Amino acid sequence: MTWQRSRIRLDKDNRAFWTGGAEGRLYIHRCGDCGGFNHPPREVCRHCQSENVAPHAVAGTGQVDTYTINYQKWAPDMEVPFVIARVRLDDAPGVYLTTNIVGCPVEAVDVDDPVRVVFEEQDGIWYPLFEKVG
Amino acid sequence: MAREAYITGIGMSEVGVRLTRSPLGLTMDAIREAVADAGLTLAQIDGVATYPGKMQTFLGFSPIGVDEVIEACGLRTRWHTGAAEATAQLGAIADAAAAVKAGLARHVICFRTVYEAAAMARPEEFPPLERRKDVTGNSQWVSPFGAFSAACWTAQFAVRHMKRYGMTREQLAQIALNDHRNAALNPRALVKQPLSLDTYMAARMISSPFCLYDCDRFTDASTVVIVSASDVLDEVGSIPVRIAATAGSVERYSWDQAEWASAYPTGRDLWRNTDYTAGDVDLVQFYDGFAFQPITWLEGLGFCEVGEGHRFIEGGTRIALDGELPMNTGGGQLGWGRLHGFGFAYEGVVQLRGQGGARQVRGDPRVAVATSGGGPMAAALLLTRD
Repeated sequence: MTWQRSRIRLDKDNRAFWTGGAEGRLYIHRCGDCGGFNHPPREVCRHCQSENVAPHAVAGTGQVDTYTINYQKWAPDMEVPFVIARVRLDDAPGVYLTTNIVGCPVEAVDVDDPVRVVFEEQDGIWYPLFEKVG
Repeated sequence: MAREAYITGIGMSEVGVRLTRSPLGLTMDAIREAVADAGLTLAQIDGVATYPGKMQTFLGFSPIGVDEVIEACGLRTRWHTGAAEATAQLGAIADAAAAVKAGLARHVICFRTVYEAAAMARPEEFPPLERRKDVTGNSQWVSPFGAFSAACWTAQFAVRHMKRYGMTREQLAQIALNDHRNAALNPRALVKQPLSLDTYMAARMISSPFCLYDCDRFTDASTVVIVSASDVLDEVGSIPVRIAATAGSVERYSWDQAEWASAYPTGRDLWRNTDYTAGDVDLVQFYDGFAFQPITWLEGLGFCEVGEGHRFIEGGTRIALDGELPMNTGGGQLGWGRLHGFGFAYEGVVQLRGQGGARQVRGDPRVAVATSGGGPMAAALLLTRD
């Protein structure tokens, strides 16, 4: 996809998520006290209210929880159709990422498909997209 | 006896697309109609409630705030709210009910004005929402992936129902078909004609499984209900409809982290707040900004089991005007227009008063549910006629 993705305003909570792709890593906030994962990333753990939360590199693998094939050009430069999916991560229980499934025809995507992260960089933001595995 | 809350007046402006009458003008039209319907005067109004309040970044979505209504109507209020983080659209009415029960106000104007179609047509007057610059907050987790619209977010829950429970497009279509059928009987609705299944199936896709007819469209309108306290009902000239219970529950306040839409916890909790049960309900007004949402409300409120909503509506007979559970009798948002939640409270009152004309549900209906919201937002009202 070559269309202009939404440009994120980086802050202390979201910076690791949106720039981790530069080092090939997908960061999800994890609590240093209870071990629970927190997404969206915030400074307080939603499981135990600890403030000892920090970005944690996860494997970047998961499964398609659900998806939609988007046909509507919400912006003039958008290339349609494309797949918007909700991916559940293998090693971050309870976390879903809204993303795109790329590298395959839109009809080839199904729920429970195993996927892995690939990053697309635009203007210093590394967007975590996913592609099918195997 | 404890004080109760009633809807005593309903009003609505012209409902259209790209109207030229101003947002405040439309709001005043609806207020005048509702106040007259209740048999009240503006001097008796002492509260104002709206959702979400004036939205400066996206004026078409909500062009009028509480302040403009208080000023334009010359009100002297004792209580008001206009909160974007309320429990969805009908949460403003639920909050007004709580306020009058607590004695904080006696008669509350609750309004929702939408102006999205006109605003889109007049960008110099209503600057469009910037979706791709300096994105922050919750939209950063969806909009970079082209999921700009709630259509894309809601569609994913619908796909899951298809994959997990076997919902088909033909079953989903019954929401739009029922809405069009009922709207054709409603003189105020945008849609004037019924919709055939063939036309539905041939329509262009927006975000699978949603086609054009599964998504509401931008509308210009204002809808008002007046909420009054039971101890001032002698001032009212209309048939009052009681707000017997309200609910607005959330498990995850997020469009994409929630396992289930908030319709499920909200539906369960509505019945915890009343002695009525789902079996007592004569008709339902379910939020249908996207066609899948009524299915979540059917399941969440326990009219059927989770994963059975699409079978409940199959063929459309059970939710038709003469069915066992008439749904969206005024046409819903897919037929009436995107009144953004308040239309469901308005139509619930119309039906319980027996004022539905050609679309009136027979058999003297006494109990209705009105809902609004999708994803993490949800509000439900139980409406009854004494």
